[in-house]
Amino acid sequence: MSTLAVTDLHVTVETEQGTKEILRGVTLTINSGETHAIMGPNGSGKSTLAYSIAGHPKYTVTQGTVTLDGEDVLAMSVDERARAGLFLAMQYPVEVPGVTVSNFLRTAKTAIDGEAPKLRTWVKDLKQAMGALRMDPKVSERGVNEGFSGGEKKRHEILQMELLKPKFAILDETDSGLDVDALRIVSEGVNRAKETTGSGVLLITHYTRILGYITPDFVHVFVDGRIAEQGGPELADRLEAEGYDRFQGASA
Amino acid sequence: MSLLASKPQTSEYPGHTDSVAAFVPDQSRAERTTSYAVADFPVPSGREEEWRFTPVDRLQSLFAETAGTALRREEFLPEGVTLSSLSREEWLASGAPKPADRAAVVAVDQAQSVTVLDVRAEAQPEEPVRISLTGEGALSHAHTLVRVGQFAKVTIVLRHEGDAQYSELLSVVVGDGADVTLVTVQEWDDTALHLGQHDVVVGRDATVRHIAVTLGGSIVRLNTNASYAGPGGSFEALGVSFADAGQHQEHRLFVDHEAPHCRSNVEYKSALQGDSAHTVWVGDVLIRASAEGTDTYELNRNLILTDGARADSVPNLEIETGEIAGAGHASATGRFDDQQLFYLQARGIDEDTARRLVVRGFFASIVGRIGVPEIESHLMEAIDRELEGTA
Repeated sequence: MSTLAVTDLHVTVETEQGTKEILRGVTLTINSGETHAIMGPNGSGKSTLAYSIAGHPKYTVTQGTVTLDGEDVLAMSVDERARAGLFLAMQYPVEVPGVTVSNFLRTAKTAIDGEAPKLRTWVKDLKQAMGALRMDPKVSERGVNEGFSGGEKKRHEILQMELLKPKFAILDETDSGLDVDALRIVSEGVNRAKETTGSGVLLITHYTRILGYITPDFVHVFVDGRIAEQGGPELADRLEAEGYDRFQGASA
Repeated sequence: MSLLASKPQTSEYPGHTDSVAAFVPDQSRAERTTSYAVADFPVPSGREEEWRFTPVDRLQSLFAETAGTALRREEFLPEGVTLSSLSREEWLASGAPKPADRAAVVAVDQAQSVTVLDVRAEAQPEEPVRISLTGEGALSHAHTLVRVGQFAKVTIVLRHEGDAQYSELLSVVVGDGADVTLVTVQEWDDTALHLGQHDVVVGRDATVRHIAVTLGGSIVRLNTNASYAGPGGSFEALGVSFADAGQHQEHRLFVDHEAPHCRSNVEYKSALQGDSAHTVWVGDVLIRASAEGTDTYELNRNLILTDGARADSVPNLEIETGEIAGAGHASATGRFDDQQLFYLQARGIDEDTARRLVVRGFFASIVGRIGVPEIESHLMEAIDRELEGTA
């Protein structure tokens, strides 16, 4: 049982207009096996939360803490955070031309586990996981995300989640740009990974659609860099019916 | 008063005229001088179009008419391949392309004779021809002719190591229907100077690949020129280079399409790191009026890993007929992409390994096509070593 605790997190970015505070005191605790949905309008800081936890250099933490089982995550480099058990499925996965998917996955798996996976089980695991996500086996010989369609990129992110078995996975708008079939396949992948590894999941989304496939235990509504309201799955239903207007009106 | 308004508008620059009106287009690439007479090529000042990127002041020894000593040579010649020599007179009768700059004409003039590598017609040696040339710190000139008989299929690997001030003219004359891969590897010590002119004459329906791998040397400048002796020929030039602090690596390509229905493809990639690391790539393609059905493409990519490095990239395409199958070029120079680094690190991969992956990936599209496994693995190891130098 692990715990990822975000406490009073304040984050700024440098913009052309100067320093801008995006997160204004976020507090959130996720335990293994729990699924937390973070919902909110565009620009509310959802992605900033994801990237700040992962350690993207663009974001500066000015106040607050992030701990993983008591360890100070903010003191770790990006790769240390990943090795500690954090995983970020990106909204816009990056192309790394010339680095094959199979080489990349094996390198990542070796880094996360601290030892190279046994070749025979690795090949089998990879094949099985790709098959379950309906990925063409030939993808493994292509460059990472190179020329991938939007759906292929998202499947590739979830493939990594299944293979790397993180303690906590942050899924940043994994549902955006997916058609219904792809959404179902990707969601099944997330549920499978959760079941087999007991990961905690932080599901960031703009739409309630994905919550029909991945059932959240908690829903947090993000507005203007803070959690404006939280509750159970019923909160998502209410957002589906009412939209975010209620919160945006309040903050204006 | 604003800075703009205070700027003198007229008399300060009396020599200045409207740049558009005064602009005289460069002559056609076909009109550049080629000759066996040293006097036809004045010592470059650095202002000439073809020398403007090159630190000519450090190359004076190679422009001077001074005799040198030959590099130490070791070779492995498979069945069907022989080494011999030609006199200068016999060479002149061979009709191979002439020297095209000062360094090449001096190399021809000062080299004692012409070294000839013959590949017998229809020979298909399984092993590559391997020639390694090692410098021992001296001035050296070389004049080499590679003759490949018709329908032969051969890979030739030329390796350059050690320290030298080396200037060479290498001519590769390829018979009809032959298939040749020539790899030239520059792994000189950091003090070496190397100026080369490589002329490739592609026979009818022949396929030639010229692959330049430049990792070492203080200054390396290779001019690779391709022409076609008949229709149906195919020429591919691939290049990989890695410039460290203080290194100047220059690769100039000229593909002269005169025969119809020929193909050419040029792809050069370089990575640069360290203060004043400098790469230059100039890719000239000329499609003459007679070269109908030509299909050509050239691409240059430069990856700048640190501040203080400089990459110059100049693609030129000159087309005299509209009846072509295709012609294009692309050039891009970029900094190391931090997003790629973040993505890999976010998967637990440490920064050094991530950098290595990205740079290996950058070169992979070319390295994977060299087709000589010993060179491919050696090259990747060499690139890893270059990267470790930064850590």
